[in-house]
Amino acid sequence: MEIKIKIDKLSVSFNDKQVLKQISLDVYSNMTYGFMGPAASGKSTLISVINRMISFEDGVKTEGSVWLDGTDVLDGEVDEFDLRRRIGTVFATPIPLPRSIYDNIAYGPRLKKRNERRNLRPLVAESLKKAFLWDEVKDRLDTSALNLSGGQQQRLCLARALALEPELILLDEPCSGLDPISTAKIEEALAELKNDHTIILVSNNTKQIARATDYTAFFYLGQLIEFGPTEKLFTNPDKQMTEDYIQGKFG
Amino acid sequence: MRINPRFTDKFIRLILSCGAIFAVSILVAIILTIFVKGIVNVNAEFILSNPEDMGRHGGIFPSIMSTIFLAALSILLATPLGIGTAIFLTEYTRETTLTRIIRFGIESLSGIPSIIYGLFGFIFFVIKLGFGWSLLSGTLTMTIMILPTIIRTSEEAIKAVPNSYRMVSYSLSASKWETVTKVVIPSAAPGILTGIMLSIGRAVEETAVVIFTMGSALRLPTSLFDSGRTMAVHFYILAREGISMDKAYATALVLICSILAINILAYYLMNKMIAKYS
Repeated sequence: MEIKIKIDKLSVSFNDKQVLKQISLDVYSNMTYGFMGPAASGKSTLISVINRMISFEDGVKTEGSVWLDGTDVLDGEVDEFDLRRRIGTVFATPIPLPRSIYDNIAYGPRLKKRNERRNLRPLVAESLKKAFLWDEVKDRLDTSALNLSGGQQQRLCLARALALEPELILLDEPCSGLDPISTAKIEEALAELKNDHTIILVSNNTKQIARATDYTAFFYLGQLIEFGPTEKLFTNPDKQMTEDYIQGKFG
Repeated sequence: MRINPRFTDKFIRLILSCGAIFAVSILVAIILTIFVKGIVNVNAEFILSNPEDMGRHGGIFPSIMSTIFLAALSILLATPLGIGTAIFLTEYTRETTLTRIIRFGIESLSGIPSIIYGLFGFIFFVIKLGFGWSLLSGTLTMTIMILPTIIRTSEEAIKAVPNSYRMVSYSLSASKWETVTKVVIPSAAPGILTGIMLSIGRAVEETAVVIFTMGSALRLPTSLFDSGRTMAVHFYILAREGISMDKAYATALVLICSILAINILAYYLMNKMIAKYS
C-alpha cells in the first residue's frame, strides 16, 4: 500500500496555546480514515493543516511536517493553490455559493482549467452523481443552490469538491447538522468514493466513524490517543480512554 | 394603573403613521409644485434646443448634456478607485492603525460641505493646475467629493459577504483575487450599486462644486477643457437672477425626472443582479 499522507511529529499552536501535540500518523491511499474525539481535541485543526486552510488564521505556529505525495505541505514555498486543487474539502455547515447549482459545481473546474474552454456539463453531472444528488436536481441545474434543503446542500458541497477531481477528500463533521436520512446518503456516497479516493472523515459521531471508516484515530486535547483499524479500535481498544469515549462515558 | 394596552397600541400606531404621512406628503408637495409649474414648459423642443437670451427662451439641451458628461465621467473615475480602495481595506489588509487612519480620513471627507470641495477644486484644479473652469476641473473635483460615499458603501457591502463564502472559494483552489472577483464582488454588487446610484444623484444635483470648478457657460461643452452648465446650476441661476421662473421650474422638472429614472434603473439592475446570484 502507498502512503498518501505522512504526518510527522506535527505540533500546532494558536497564540501560544497548543492545540496539536506531536502527532505522527500515516494515511494510506484509497482508504477511509475517521478522526474522532470530543470538542477541542484538535481533529479539525489537523484537517486544516493538510489543506493549508490554517494559513488564514492569525497567530498560528506549526512544527513538524505533513507530507502529501512527497511534498511538505507546511513548506512556505509550496503552491497552496495547486495543493488545494488536489484536495476536496467539505465543511461542517453546508455552504452553497449564491448562484445556480450548475455554477456551484463548475466553480472549481473553471478555476482549474482557466485557459481551456471545455464543456463542463459531463463533469458536473458526474460529480453530482457521485454525491448521490443527480436524480434530485438534474431537471433544475440552473436554479439557485440556496433553494435546496440542508441535506441536499451538503451533498452539493461534496459534489462541488469532487468536481476538482481530487485524490484526497477531507470532510469536517459533514453531517453535524443533518437528519439521519441525509446522513445516510452522504455515507452511501462515501462508500462508493473510497474505491478511488483517500478520505478523511472528521466526526464526533462514533457510530458514523464505526460504520464508514477503515481506520480510526482518536484525539483528545490535541493528542493522538490511539490509532488503528476501525474494527479493532471499536471492539478491543488498547487504551481505556478510547473505550470510555466509544461507550459515551465522556465527550 | 396600566392604561388599556389595546388603546395604547392604537394611539401609538396613529402617532407613528401621522409622522410617516407627514414625511411623504412633504415630498409629494414638492414634486407636485414642480410638476404643476414646470409641465407647461416641458416639451420636446425644450429638451432638444439651445437656450436663448440667457435662458429666458429656448431649451436646455446643453445643460442636459453637461449634466450627463459630468456625472458619467466622475462616476467612471470614482467607481474603480472607490471599489478598489474598499477591496484593499477589507480584503487585502489586516485592521491596523494605518487602515484606521485611512478609514477615519474617508469618513471625515464625507462630512465636508460641498462648497469646501468647490473651493478646493477652484484653487487646485482651476487655478494651480490651470485647467480653468472646465469639464475636467468639475469632473476631478466631483470625483473627490463622491469617492468617500462609494468607498464607504462598497466597504459595508463587502464586509456583509459571509466569510464562509471566501473559505469555500479558497478551498476550491481560488486565489485571493479570484475569490474577490468571482465571489465577493458579485455578492456585494447590490450594495455597491446603491452607493454608485447615490453618487450619481449627488453629481447631478450638485451646484456649489460645479459653479466653482466647471463654471456656467451656456454652450455645449465639446472638450474636457470647455466650461458647461449643469441643470442644477442652470436652475439656480435662472431662479436666483430672476431670469425666468417658468424655465426654472421646467428645468427642475427635467432634473427630478432624470433622478427618478436613475433610481428606477438602479432598482431594476439590482433586482436582476440579486436574482442572478441567489
